[in-house]
Amino acid sequence: MTHALHLTPTRPESVARVLVAAGAVLGAASLAGAPPATAGAAFALVVAGGLVNALAAFARPPGAPTDGVWFRSNSSRGLVGWAWGAALTGLYVVLYFRPAWLAGWTDAAAPLREALTGATGDGGQWFVYSLLYTTAVVVMGARMLVRHRDSRYQTLRTLSVMAVQTVLAFLLPSLLARLQQPELYLHYTWPLDFDLFFPSGVAALRAEGRLGIVALAWFVALLVVATPVLTYLYGKRWYCSWVCGCGALAETAGDPYRHLGPTGLTAWRVERWMVHGVLALVALVTGLLWAAALTDLAWLDGVAGALSGAYGFYVGALFAGVVGVGFYPLLGSRVWCRFGCPMAAILGLQQRFFSRFRITVNGGQCISCGRCSAFCEMGIDVRHYAQRGQNVVRASCVGCGICAEVCPRGVLRLENGPDTGASRTARATLIEDLDILAD
Amino acid sequence: MHALLIGNGIAAVTAARHLRRARPDARITMVSDEGATPYARTALMYVHMGALTRTQTALYPERFWRDNRIERIVDRAVALDPAARTVTLADGGPVTYDALLVATGSAPVIPPWPGATLDGVQGLYGWTDLDALERAAPDRPVVVGGGLIGVELAEMLRVRGRPVTFLVRESTYLPAVFTPDESALVADEIRRHGVDLRFGATVEAIEGEARVAGVRLADGATLDADWVGVGTGVAPRVDWLAAPSSRVSGSGLTVRRGVVVDARLRASADGVWAAGDCAELDAPPPGVPPTRPIWYTAREQGAVAGLGMAGADRAYAPGTYFNSARFFGLEWQVYGDAAPGAPGAVWTDGRRSVRLAAAADGRLAGVSALGVRLRAEAVIAMIDERLSVDAARGRLPSAVFDPEFARTLAPARWRPAA
Repeated sequence: MTHALHLTPTRPESVARVLVAAGAVLGAASLAGAPPATAGAAFALVVAGGLVNALAAFARPPGAPTDGVWFRSNSSRGLVGWAWGAALTGLYVVLYFRPAWLAGWTDAAAPLREALTGATGDGGQWFVYSLLYTTAVVVMGARMLVRHRDSRYQTLRTLSVMAVQTVLAFLLPSLLARLQQPELYLHYTWPLDFDLFFPSGVAALRAEGRLGIVALAWFVALLVVATPVLTYLYGKRWYCSWVCGCGALAETAGDPYRHLGPTGLTAWRVERWMVHGVLALVALVTGLLWAAALTDLAWLDGVAGALSGAYGFYVGALFAGVVGVGFYPLLGSRVWCRFGCPMAAILGLQQRFFSRFRITVNGGQCISCGRCSAFCEMGIDVRHYAQRGQNVVRASCVGCGICAEVCPRGVLRLENGPDTGASRTARATLIEDLDILAD
Repeated sequence: MHALLIGNGIAAVTAARHLRRARPDARITMVSDEGATPYARTALMYVHMGALTRTQTALYPERFWRDNRIERIVDRAVALDPAARTVTLADGGPVTYDALLVATGSAPVIPPWPGATLDGVQGLYGWTDLDALERAAPDRPVVVGGGLIGVELAEMLRVRGRPVTFLVRESTYLPAVFTPDESALVADEIRRHGVDLRFGATVEAIEGEARVAGVRLADGATLDADWVGVGTGVAPRVDWLAAPSSRVSGSGLTVRRGVVVDARLRASADGVWAAGDCAELDAPPPGVPPTRPIWYTAREQGAVAGLGMAGADRAYAPGTYFNSARFFGLEWQVYGDAAPGAPGAVWTDGRRSVRLAAAADGRLAGVSALGVRLRAEAVIAMIDERLSVDAARGRLPSAVFDPEFARTLAPARWRPAA
């Protein structure tokens, strides 16, 4: 079969664009008060467009599609990119601050919500959000599956995030709600799910009886057993690009924007301060809440309460949601994961200091083309390591494997293995210290 | 100590790095007429394909040059006077040095076809070539030369939606390197991406008034064309040294095809080194050609020359040969001596292949892999240990560098080579 290499859209790709655009128009119309059927039609059109777009990639060569990203408006911060950014950001703002505006959407989704969760009435916007989020992961996941059909690593990883999002993040919580049980998200634990270990969160779980206690034990084990053990064996990727819901969206819907993240030493420096700062902050807030709960000091209670409220608003809602996803087309798909996620901070420290995972660099084969660095969603200058023959061990690497896939010379391989020593201890030096000569 | 480096390619850049490491006190100056930012030539194609911005092709961030105190001058070297240790720059005038590296690379050779100088005939080496291609935006491009540059040009043009005719003089792809079966895999891959690949096509002339209008072949056929990309080879860029001006100024530098250098990459005049495409080994080690215009060689020679300029006594001793390329989606790695006619064993599944080539004594001499990534260290060890082909076959699975979960090298698919 001949592969379409050209950058102009194929016919199915054009059809997909029309479907998505029509869906977007209808979606906006339903926000403006059109009958609920409009929202349903909008959803159907966007999903159909997304699936047609996914299947259209069969006519393209397999592999990470790097060609033309800087020519397309959507993926080069052009008009289309800004429009998506505005729409996504707007959606989060409405969701958090003006949920009433979503009446058209919540009404349209109400029958499905009732069928799945048994719930009616207030809170319908969160069901809509969950439905849209899961749909985005599944539809854009299908796109990843088709595009990376020659890579079993990408196929398995994508199937994993699609399954986790659909089952653990959507179906199971719905089922639990239907059974009048606590709405558990078994793949999230503290500190990403920050109020889980707040006194209020623990109390809520304990109040649920046996299931609550078992769940509490699960979340504690996830943090203190699974996290260090699995990160030691496989790197933080076991979570960030195989399980986590934020990672799921970044690796599917965020894929067209993976090359747009901030890069360079300044970005790296800011990233380290911010992500560890957020971890310190959530630890502080949790500690203060417990201190307040255990001591009954009114002023401490006030401080801890205010701080936890601020954390929930600024970090939980604004950073993780509005900026983290809304700014995909402007700042890349991993803004939250790089700069804000406290779970990523913990996993990163483990990966940096106690893990068998690294990206192995194949001898002196790097030709310095820079594609690995350009398509690293975490903004890691992979080439810096590759061209000096040094294995990549970085706290932020989520092991998506795209650097290895876009390398035109097979220089990079994600691997778990015994520590090679230098890769974990070498300090970044000003002068390249690789002696490429064979002795 | 003032080290002057003429050139901005990987040879000069690598020399500068090694110089700085060995001599923290040296003054290091790089001269290039191509711009202040050394970039990855290997990335030119990706800029045309919209996968990289021009900024992203920079080999190092700006602070690298600042931190390592490597001064960069945008100018063109026009003459050398080794007796006075002076290089004359076109705009900047004379610059003196204590140690000089000539690393001016090479330039595409356009064969002397009638019409070869027409507008729209070009090679691909640097930014000016890429700019020329961008400006030309050809509708009916023809690419000539079945090598590594030709296939890059074909891919670049296909990605930009152009119909490409790709003319190869030989009857298979790179017959000195690939067996007919390997050539068939490469040809299939090229054709699968919509390229009109024609073997046995010899160009007789390029037709047109001022611009390219067609390509006439030896068999009499004429192809409609508005642009011709030439990838038939390169030649050392040493014209500025061979020019009468440098001889008049007393240059004793021996220049044949390239700048002639000894085992330590020293040219015939004191204080002058040469590395990369423009260097010609006076007495190359067995099996090594005097000039070898490939990227990895330039990097290795740059390191040797840089250390030499810093005062180290180091000979250029190339290890096991290695090269790599990519033909559209098909990656290629070659290690050691993998001559196409050599005996040995071949694994293939019809899309990918690994060939273990043996020397006359039946021991592993080289490996050529298409579509299978191999671990350099492991393969080079297999060659250095002079394994038997059978032993090499047994050890090969542990040398595969394909991504995790990939299924490669099913054992049943081996057969004898040649």
